[in-house]
Amino acid sequence: MMSSQVDIKDPFAGERLKESPFHPRQALFNLRDAWSSWNGYKFADYYYDEEYEYFCIRNSCATYDICPMQKYVMTGPDAEAMLNRMVTRDISKLKENRVTYVCWCTDEGRVIDDGTIFKMGADRFLLTCGSPSLAWLRKSAFGFDQLEISDVSDSLAALSFQGPTTCEVLKKMGLVGIEDLKPFCIAYFSLGSNDNNRLMVSRTGFTGDLGYELWIEEAYALELWDKLYAAGEDYGIQPYGEAATNMARLEAGFIMPGMEFNEALKTVHYQYDQTPFELNLDWLVDFKKPHFNGRSALIKARDQGAEYTLVKLDIEGNKPAEESFLYSDKECSKEIGYVTSAMWSPVVKANIALAMVMTSALDRDIWAEIYYSKELRHHSKVVRCTLQALPFWSPKRARATPPGLY
Amino acid sequence: MTKYDAIIIGAGHNGLTNAAYLAKAGLNVLVVEKNEYIGGAAVTREMHDGWFYSSCSYVCSMMRQSIHRDLNLTKHGLVLVPYLGTVVFADNGDTMVSYNSEEAEYNQLRRRSPHDADAMFRFQADLARYAQLIRKTLLRTPPDPTSFRPRDIKELLWLAKEFWSLGEKELYEYIRFFTMSAADFLDDYFEDDLIKAAMASPGVIGTALGVYSPGSAYILLHHVMGDVDGNIGAWGLARGGMGAISHAIAGALKEHGGEIRTNAGVDKIRVKNGKAVGVVLDNGDELRADIVVSNMDAKRTFTQCMDKNDLPPGIYDKAKNFKIRGSSGKVNIALSGLPKFNKVPDNRYINRGGQGFVGSMETMERAYDCWKHGRWSEDPFIESVIPSAWDPTVAPPGQHWMSNFVQYCPPALADGPWTPEKRDAFGQTVIDKIERYCPGFKDLIVHMEVRTPHEIEAEVGLTEGNIFQGELTIDQLLFNRPFPGYAQYRMPIKNMYMCGSSTHPGGGVSSACGANAAREILIDLKRPNTVPEDDFYDE
Repeated sequence: MMSSQVDIKDPFAGERLKESPFHPRQALFNLRDAWSSWNGYKFADYYYDEEYEYFCIRNSCATYDICPMQKYVMTGPDAEAMLNRMVTRDISKLKENRVTYVCWCTDEGRVIDDGTIFKMGADRFLLTCGSPSLAWLRKSAFGFDQLEISDVSDSLAALSFQGPTTCEVLKKMGLVGIEDLKPFCIAYFSLGSNDNNRLMVSRTGFTGDLGYELWIEEAYALELWDKLYAAGEDYGIQPYGEAATNMARLEAGFIMPGMEFNEALKTVHYQYDQTPFELNLDWLVDFKKPHFNGRSALIKARDQGAEYTLVKLDIEGNKPAEESFLYSDKECSKEIGYVTSAMWSPVVKANIALAMVMTSALDRDIWAEIYYSKELRHHSKVVRCTLQALPFWSPKRARATPPGLY
Repeated sequence: MTKYDAIIIGAGHNGLTNAAYLAKAGLNVLVVEKNEYIGGAAVTREMHDGWFYSSCSYVCSMMRQSIHRDLNLTKHGLVLVPYLGTVVFADNGDTMVSYNSEEAEYNQLRRRSPHDADAMFRFQADLARYAQLIRKTLLRTPPDPTSFRPRDIKELLWLAKEFWSLGEKELYEYIRFFTMSAADFLDDYFEDDLIKAAMASPGVIGTALGVYSPGSAYILLHHVMGDVDGNIGAWGLARGGMGAISHAIAGALKEHGGEIRTNAGVDKIRVKNGKAVGVVLDNGDELRADIVVSNMDAKRTFTQCMDKNDLPPGIYDKAKNFKIRGSSGKVNIALSGLPKFNKVPDNRYINRGGQGFVGSMETMERAYDCWKHGRWSEDPFIESVIPSAWDPTVAPPGQHWMSNFVQYCPPALADGPWTPEKRDAFGQTVIDKIERYCPGFKDLIVHMEVRTPHEIEAEVGLTEGNIFQGELTIDQLLFNRPFPGYAQYRMPIKNMYMCGSSTHPGGGVSSACGANAAREILIDLKRPNTVPEDDFYDE
């Protein structure tokens, strides 16, 4: 039979989602073509089964494509001063080859985004964050002339590699001494021979478990993938998507833009964005350091006290309290807050949530009105919530150096 | 001499659960265990250098989440990981794989039978409906239908209401279901023999019945009503092996001040003036307690560990005739690599899950015929799992351990007692069968542990090696388990209770029997209940 040989041009060429450097390999795993998108990239929601992928993070090891994350290299004598002026944390104490978690605010003290700063050299930093931030960086760089900002989001490929067997896999891959890398530290390794320590590894992640992030120039992305997957074959390696990430980060108590906070620069309604205090990020705000963006507003916010506080909740029953309202009484007469993220935690076997609760109501009972649907019919129930101080999941291996045998 | 508030006999998972809840209520409890290790049939042992076998039970789906959460078992080291993907093998070499994806699964079934692919939806809905009702009873004490006590009447009414809520048609179906064979049940849905065989196999696991025997339909349900995190029918592995479950419960028990003594087998339960007063250990030591709880099966408890004269009339005979026939063996194999099976696509979503060597409906029935004649099956039904493909902690990297549950294997052979030679011949039958579907399988074998009902009884103490502590047929379920009139965990002797799988809701690593028994004991002691009421069934 002759096949038709009509040459059809893609009418949307150039408008389609970009493919990450890891895409050729990841696509093979994506049995159900469950793609969503992130910053213009085609991005897996899940590859096969979100719970399976989640369990790879908790039980073996798994990779998460963070190429679509935004990455900026800041170089020059003014780089540190500029970043220190922008973020709320004091990064002048940050040592070389260390990473720190930061957030930055508007003049009104509302959180624009959170991210990480890597100090790669005295005058060289890498800033990573979820949303494109070049415009804000340029604004923040006003007056800092000896500084160059380059957007390496597309050229620097990165894989988050998380789970109990990750250290063993990296050892097997030939990263000598990786077991001595401490949390929030950076080390460089060669991928092949004479490649001049092309691979940067940081002991960081977004899962609350043992894990690393692997950074390499785009051109070497597939070489990294193949070596990692060859080493990980016997250690349960598997790619995971957004769905599993969201589960793991919630158990770890990490916040997510678009869930726990509304990015200030995208917020329409007055004060529908958040201060770091509301997000329980007091520890990120350092008033002892020189002036930084939002300082005066944040001093005021601190003195006034946050109207809402982000809390962790352990909730009765097994129905996730997604989008639930919170009340101080079972009759639901006094509303005191709302749930931002909720799930059944498969590893802890608990019904957990992050929620914004009025600070003044934190010493009272908390009840959640949960809506759920059963075969198309909607139901609701009111259940008791208990405040939880510590992350729901926080294994020792995540902090130990060496992390010990899985 | 120390006098305990309660002594629990047997550190299996139900005994430990029972003890943990009694300790949580403030009782001074001691668990005595005949082996040097705890866990009973939920046990992990390093049987070969670097290989940790779950020697008996090997997967888990019935563990009550409410108990897991309430006893904080995760803090005590328990992580339950679901495993995905199974392959079933037909006599002619055909395979059918199951994906954890509705679409992939549907396409797969359609290739065998478009009719059956459609019928699967109705089958799953019907099973879910039946399972839902049984699941609701798991953490409840069965009512005594002959009693006029308000609590029994209330519970009977609740049960009746639940049954009636199925609707008239389903009520009839449900009653039929309890007495049907798996084969008859499946005939209403499917036409393809391999699909039927795959679906029927859970109906005979652990039971001395065949796929055509009445009663096997319910056992099928018993195996699919479990869940992992709400995914009904899913099966999980305990990270580190099934022993991790027992050790986590033991951790909770110790946290609440409980005590465990190993190498302490019980010779007799001591009875004075019609009341249990303690136990006599195999070494002659006597331990006293206000309450004695047996986690041993009903037959062993009453026919081996009690003086016949201490028992009210009839109980000894009931125990002697308790249906607890051994029907299965277990072959644990250490492998130097991941086996590659014929006609199984080489992708990690299915090549590392479970394997069901079912053959056909007829092959499974013929396997049962051998058992009836006192022989192990020449062409057995084998349910296998390779836990090391999921759990990095149970075998060296790149090497594997394969759990093979084998049916049928009789507790007593027609041609004389079990011998090590016969045991090994039984093991050989199993690996011969696997080799048929996996050429080169035998070359991968590094170590093997073969367990017939004889070894299971000797090591674990389960009479005849019956994995459920008594068969799960309607005559031994709910208010009939273990015996009519004694289904509420209280035994004919005062201050004596049972908490093992011989009691409601029966076999499986669920912790439900132990927890239910603890609740009844606390009621008798007029202590506040410590056992969770909310069982997270679909409200």
